[in-house]
Amino acid sequence: MLKVAIIDYGIGNLRSVINAFNSIGVDSFRARSRDEILASDTLVLPGVGAFGRAMEKLEELSLVTTLKEFSASEKPVLGICLGMQLLFESSEEFGYNQGLGLIPGNVKRLPLKEKNKLPHIGWVQLEKGNLSWDSTILKGHESIDVYFVHSYHVVPEQDSVITSFVDYSGEKCVSSVQYNNIHGCQFHPEKSSYDGLDILKNFANLA
Amino acid sequence: MEKKRVLARIDIKNKYVIKGVYLEGLRKIGNPMELCQRYAKEGIDEIVFMDAVAALYDRNSLIEIISEASKNIFIPITIGGGIRTITDIQNALDAGADKVAINTKAVKDPEFITEAVSTFGAQAIIGSIVALQRESYWEVFIDNARTRTHIDAKKWSITLQDLGVGEIMVTSIDRDGTKKGYDTELMNEINKSVSVPVIASGGAGNKKDVIDLFIKVDCSAAAIASIFHYNLEKISGVKNEMALHGIEVRK
Repeated sequence: MLKVAIIDYGIGNLRSVINAFNSIGVDSFRARSRDEILASDTLVLPGVGAFGRAMEKLEELSLVTTLKEFSASEKPVLGICLGMQLLFESSEEFGYNQGLGLIPGNVKRLPLKEKNKLPHIGWVQLEKGNLSWDSTILKGHESIDVYFVHSYHVVPEQDSVITSFVDYSGEKCVSSVQYNNIHGCQFHPEKSSYDGLDILKNFANLA
Repeated sequence: MEKKRVLARIDIKNKYVIKGVYLEGLRKIGNPMELCQRYAKEGIDEIVFMDAVAALYDRNSLIEIISEASKNIFIPITIGGGIRTITDIQNALDAGADKVAINTKAVKDPEFITEAVSTFGAQAIIGSIVALQRESYWEVFIDNARTRTHIDAKKWSITLQDLGVGEIMVTSIDRDGTKKGYDTELMNEINKSVSVPVIASGGAGNKKDVIDLFIKVDCSAAAIASIFHYNLEKISGVKNEMALHGIEVRK
């Protein structure tokens, strides 16, 4: 049976991700050790909170090398929310923080303009990016509403990795990416109702 | 742009959904699991479970409800009422809640909010304000609207934001359970004072009240209890009406 390793590094709510995979009949488990991670078919890096602290935790648990090793194996990887941001090279959240560097680009704060609300919280309809959705985990939908909660957003070096955008007070912010076997979404598929579950199903089916 | 959110607020006492008037005179109206699953299926954007008693003996039953709910509904879940310690928050999040709403503990010990935010992130912490209209201001109440504090709700909202909360939920005691509509003045005062998203709660009696709120106040979300609990309107009915009025909403 297909196994999804959900990286358990003490950051954020794994329960929801596991529940979501369970509901679509995909076996997932909390993974911390190198062996169990490398033995799984796909990997999900969840996470909420601060970038720097999350990287520290990954370092503490010696997961940085393991995550890079897994990604190099060409098996599917999915970063969710902060987990997606960690896939990039660096973040400007509370100073300069180095990321996993699996996708070229970095992480910046959302622009705070007058009348804007930060954190950016709520349901937003995704706009199509440069990659056709047919070849991404967003496939099967013409229009998708998903749930976001974040104050930072990713800025990939190459536009070609961008699979969707959202409008944040007139500015286009990247909401999902795909770079070879590495996938990322700024929104929470596990909290985005039926559309979100479909996205997780598409991801699990890549294995 | 993010759409205006419609939240179902489910007040719970001893495993039952209850609803009072002015946060008092509670009456039983149903089973929380049935309600939250129906709401999720019908397209609600989020669910807020509030512990109406906030007594320690009741804590476990609410955690069980959250734990069960998070296996069946895949939208954001908030739990509020009786959150006093970092462990309370940890337990709520471990059970599958995404956020906790904190009122009394925040007033009594503001540093607790800073600690909670640095431990779990701003996205997990909602500052809950329960306020009563006075002649010249709105006064913050704690302990399930039983204890007055002399604190100005508008000033308190700014303090909560400075302490780091990710959202603020404002409940009007004057309107709660009355079906007289939201206190749009209060909501506007607070929404204009802070840059974090504001959730308006208390008073929605029909879909026009929800429209009225979003036309008068640029807040992020409306919490609704009675309308949905008593099946006065369907969730799609409220959302369609919002769309008709040009309010962006998830369908």
